[in-house]
Amino acid sequence: MKLKTFKIGGVHPPENKMAASTPIEALAIPKRVSIPLSQHIGAPAVPVVKKGDDVKVGTLIAKGESFISANIHSSVSGKVFAIDTVTDTTGYKVKAVIIDVEGDVWDESIIRTPELAKEIKLEPADIVAKIKSSGIVGLGGACFPTHVKFMVPEGKKVDTLVINAVECEPYLTADHRIMLERTEEILVGIEIMKKALKVSRAIVGIEANKPDAIAKMEKVASDFPGTEIQPLKVQYPQGAEKQLIKAALNREVPSGKLPLDVGCVVNNVGTALAIYEAVQKNKPLFERVVTVTGKKIKRTANFLVRIGTPVEALVEAVGGIPEGTEKIVNGGPMMGKAVVSPEISVTKGTSGIIFFDKSEAKRKKVSNCIRCAKCVTVCAMGLQPYLLEKLAEKNNWEELEKLSVTDCIECGSCSYTCPSARPILDLIRLGKANVNRIRWERSKK
Amino acid sequence: MSRYVISLSPHEKGTYTVNTVMWGVVVALIPAFVSAVMNFGIRAVAVTAVALISCILFEFLIQKFLLKTEITAFDGSAAITGILLAFNLPSSIPLWQVVIGSLVAIAVGKMAFGGLGKNPFNPALVGRGFMLMSFPVDMTTWPVPLKTVWNWNITDAMTSATPLGIVKEGLAKGEEIAALAAKTPELWDLFIGTIGGSLGETSALAIIIGGIYLIYKRIITWHIPFFYLATIFAFTGIAWLVKPDAFFDPLFHILSGGVMLGGFFMMTDMVTSPMSVKGQIVFAIGAGIICSAIRLFGAYPEGCMFSILIMNAFVPLIDKYILPKKFGKEVNYVG
Repeated sequence: MKLKTFKIGGVHPPENKMAASTPIEALAIPKRVSIPLSQHIGAPAVPVVKKGDDVKVGTLIAKGESFISANIHSSVSGKVFAIDTVTDTTGYKVKAVIIDVEGDVWDESIIRTPELAKEIKLEPADIVAKIKSSGIVGLGGACFPTHVKFMVPEGKKVDTLVINAVECEPYLTADHRIMLERTEEILVGIEIMKKALKVSRAIVGIEANKPDAIAKMEKVASDFPGTEIQPLKVQYPQGAEKQLIKAALNREVPSGKLPLDVGCVVNNVGTALAIYEAVQKNKPLFERVVTVTGKKIKRTANFLVRIGTPVEALVEAVGGIPEGTEKIVNGGPMMGKAVVSPEISVTKGTSGIIFFDKSEAKRKKVSNCIRCAKCVTVCAMGLQPYLLEKLAEKNNWEELEKLSVTDCIECGSCSYTCPSARPILDLIRLGKANVNRIRWERSKK
Repeated sequence: MSRYVISLSPHEKGTYTVNTVMWGVVVALIPAFVSAVMNFGIRAVAVTAVALISCILFEFLIQKFLLKTEITAFDGSAAITGILLAFNLPSSIPLWQVVIGSLVAIAVGKMAFGGLGKNPFNPALVGRGFMLMSFPVDMTTWPVPLKTVWNWNITDAMTSATPLGIVKEGLAKGEEIAALAAKTPELWDLFIGTIGGSLGETSALAIIIGGIYLIYKRIITWHIPFFYLATIFAFTGIAWLVKPDAFFDPLFHILSGGVMLGGFFMMTDMVTSPMSVKGQIVFAIGAGIICSAIRLFGAYPEGCMFSILIMNAFVPLIDKYILPKKFGKEVNYVG
């Protein structure tokens, strides 16, 4: 059978999914956690606890007050040590609630029994409210507040829920593991989302390099009518939202539009699990699965980690930072962020921690563009990366806007493939930022 | 300060580099070189070696002493220029002319524009064009294949015209097509390359083997060679069908002269061809039409070089107006 895929562009980086067969293990709770108040796209949450307050696992510690924001809950029990600024993944200073851990006392409202709760009692509006109050954000990495996706504006119709279980980033295996170990819960989570959106059809896109996950999901999904498991060709960026919709439904989201404009809502498979736990078990989002991996690492792992745990704790659990490590990446190697130090905390968006040695961390020497057209061939949005790079270098923002630079999804296929190792995506990002700034200034006039 | 490397994504880098691309092309030229040595012997080796070494040396000298920039003479691109220039010359060409041709190819064709990636025209063809105009007699003297393998000095008795030359001259004298057909080689000879012509252009078989290697290694795509040869086949085929007594058949046209070498190795030069697939197809069809028109109606027997150089000049225009297909045009959804 010919596997479905998106039609233009794409690359195939080495998969390196070393942690794929390592079961999820719960990481020991650290002595202190620092939980950033801005772990999502949108306004930072506003703290509702103060220094010295006692908190339990699941206690609301910060409230998302704007439309696009998310609640944040304590991942541990103990005492609030301080509300202070800490360094986040990318080196920016952000506000965080720092909690000293005492024991592991969970909020009484959380149902801790392992039984599968299949019956969905809540009504659609209550489901959305529950998703919002539980602080659920997209766990694929972008961390967009999930409840917003369920508030379908007047006049828009949704007919299909698309579940992103592609995990096209090399190295990462967190989604792969939850599909194997938490299959039923994920499928109930999908049912909940279907009910909230009032749709009967859901498509789960999984890359074909996870045959065991596809088989398990297919087997269990047969009990859930309307949910289809769709194996997809191994091709990066298969898990990019627009590319996934194209592959699964052959619909193209037009430039500057949203999945809603083609009748879809897309959610990550990890988010489906979080929604199950929130709606059926009353458990807010305070832990997630994080893949810890790298070529030189002593052992790879998929840890179930409390949010706010320092990355150092994960590193220690796998035998320390591998010798010769020159770069630590939070997320996947294609779109993740290089972190400034292992002292940063795990947040809702941390899908993996990858260690790169010198040969992998160092960028290759840049040489002249040889016009090989590889960047044009691999661009999944049909753009001309070589030209966008050149124009950004010349600060020609007007021309960049005309050439749809803001359509770029920053998948990195162009920089990955460039034989001259040109910083194509870096300059495109500069171009995007300036075009967005110009548009904003124009809209103010 | 972080003790770790901080850079923007992607953190993964493909294995494809300028050197792998360029030396990959050099490897793909080996079958054609073998065929050249089998047909034209020691002089083929000498001409190729002189062109190859001169091109690399001139690029090195220009970068080292004139431009004082980073040395990239060994990245394989100068080697390709040298080999392709040699493959476009008759084996009897005096070696000092090869050196001058190499100088023009590298200095005027490539470095004057800023080096690799900046040149609008194929450097090897710039060198060959210069030589054709400067040394018209030496450039159109063709040793007979197989008979001159061990001869260093080529006498007039050892030369003959190329198949395209025989046709062009014969038609000019008013000879019948049937009579000319008897004088030109069989299709099989055209295919394996035991015919008069430039060093590396005679064997379609050897060039196709190299071309398939390039496509397999994903250094080029099939579009340019296919559309170039298909256009020549179609154009000369239509002429042949309309007036079979005035024109040769299309198979003869795609197997003779330089169109195989041009289509697989010179039009596909990344630097001087368009960026989008659609643009590449337009580029190849345009060159195919120009080449056929020169062969059928022009003064020169062969139009391959001119067709490529002329279309090279159109590349900026093609790249400006023929863009890749953008994502988001096929909505396929009615809300």
